[in-house]
Amino acid sequence: MSEKVLMKGNEALAEAAIMAGCRHYFGYPITPQTEVAAYMSKRMPKIGGCFLQAESEIAAINMVIGVASTGKRVMTSSSSPGIALKSEGLSYLAGCDLPALIVNVQRGGPGLGGIQPSQSDYFHATRGAGHGDFHMIVLAPDSVQEMVSLTFRGFDLAEKYRMPAMLLSDGTMGQMMEPVSLEACEVNSYDKSWALTGTKGERKPNIVNSLFLKPEELEQFNFDRYERYRQIEENEAMFESYRMDDAEICVVAFGVAARVSKNAIDEARKQGVKVGMIRPITLWPFPKAALNKAADQVKAFISVELSMGQMIEDIELSTRCKKPVLLCNRVGGMIPTTEEVVKSILSANEMGGEQA
Amino acid sequence: MTPRRVTLFSGHYGSGKTNLALDYALRLKEQFENVALADLDIVNPYFRSKDSEAALAQKGIRLIASPYAGTNVDAPALPAEAYALIDDKRIHAVLDIGGDDRGALALGRYAPAILEEGDYDSFLVVNFFRPLTRTAQEVVTVMNEILVAGKIPYTGIINNSNLGEQTTPELVLSTVEKAEELSRLTGLPVVRTTVMPELFDALKDQIVNLDPITLTVHQSWAYKEE
Repeated sequence: MSEKVLMKGNEALAEAAIMAGCRHYFGYPITPQTEVAAYMSKRMPKIGGCFLQAESEIAAINMVIGVASTGKRVMTSSSSPGIALKSEGLSYLAGCDLPALIVNVQRGGPGLGGIQPSQSDYFHATRGAGHGDFHMIVLAPDSVQEMVSLTFRGFDLAEKYRMPAMLLSDGTMGQMMEPVSLEACEVNSYDKSWALTGTKGERKPNIVNSLFLKPEELEQFNFDRYERYRQIEENEAMFESYRMDDAEICVVAFGVAARVSKNAIDEARKQGVKVGMIRPITLWPFPKAALNKAADQVKAFISVELSMGQMIEDIELSTRCKKPVLLCNRVGGMIPTTEEVVKSILSANEMGGEQA
Repeated sequence: MTPRRVTLFSGHYGSGKTNLALDYALRLKEQFENVALADLDIVNPYFRSKDSEAALAQKGIRLIASPYAGTNVDAPALPAEAYALIDDKRIHAVLDIGGDDRGALALGRYAPAILEEGDYDSFLVVNFFRPLTRTAQEVVTVMNEILVAGKIPYTGIINNSNLGEQTTPELVLSTVEKAEELSRLTGLPVVRTTVMPELFDALKDQIVNLDPITLTVHQSWAYKEE
């Protein structure tokens, strides 16, 4: 294990991206993710990389499309309102089958909202985040260490499946400091014969494009892409199971909400409640199989989130509505307290399997 | 060390300035009646001394912070009251300066008055476990950037090297030599090496000017991995 340093989540993901071989960063400042750009602006010039503060979020995502077309590892980052502005570009990345890493350090919304943490871009991230039929791989770290490992994972999966991947963080995860070991993880080498690298007159030009003149052709690209999505759903779902062995109540939470929930589960266990957690690490693909299996074991689920119950849909779909799903949430930049989650666990336990 | 009327804490962001400033203000209050802490951080949106306002008020320490700190207003505003700290010589003032040169820009506007009075200490807070200040030379680079922006010469170094909850005595010891090198490079004394109270006994015979620091802030999401 390499030596540890004390880092903010935003800095750690930036350094991890550099370690993963990313040499192109395009962004536009917004709180609470500004440290990503600040860190890149200090580091990239020292290592022959490119840091560019674009004139807008829309410009930044289009620069990402440009570099991604050449097969180079590239990323951008922003926070909720800025990610919304990048939506068109996300659709183009998907339509062009281009890999890239997009970081969303979420803040409260809708609209300009606020600068405090939130998870309310869940729908936006997991439902495609733009026009047309597409998905992004969505990764949700719950520690600064995971900011590092999932940044590597994001680049790897994006290139493996030729599609955009999103690191879905939040203000707390971005701003908090933790000791982190900057271990290099593997980013595999994938075929990039599609990349625009110059023909040298030796081959036919590659074309990166999302415009198709024949509807039959466009349809086929959509069918092929969804075949890849099917494989991803089958093979790439990640989750952490916490104290689930004998659990009768299952908390489902990711990111900062999962951290609070772990403390709450430990506390509720002391009070005799058999409670555990399934923490989705990939939000798309959602760990459907694990949740469906848990539905045969527990009395009820509790979705702990910093949004208005957005994840409930995915839990209900995964479990085929076999058990009730309760909501424990705070929004607008607020974080649920340990006590609030404990209270929710206790009331779910009393209620048993009865519908809320 | 006799406390000066104005004490400043600055350094690379994440070095621990806010905690040290809070701790220092609490100790000053044991000696002096009129103590105030100014949060002059115009950089960090979260984790501000404003978070400890209630705890400070309970101890009778006045907190002067931007009215926007801890809210959704994302403006680099400075509290108008901060001038009172500089002007009112009866107050023992502790100034928590934002990180790096950008944070220290806020200090520049108060610098002439502080320098004219001349009764100040300005401490460079260092955490050698932060990624951009791993060596004494890197700290010097950051320090010089802050000096250009903040315009107040340092009077001492505080070695606050830590890895949060995972700090061990060995890790702290491994930074002592770096702090001494920083002292040689800058001509500034290492006035204190700060550690969590539970590490104090293990280190007190090995490090001079060792100082236990209490952390007061606890968050619900601060989950301790076992």
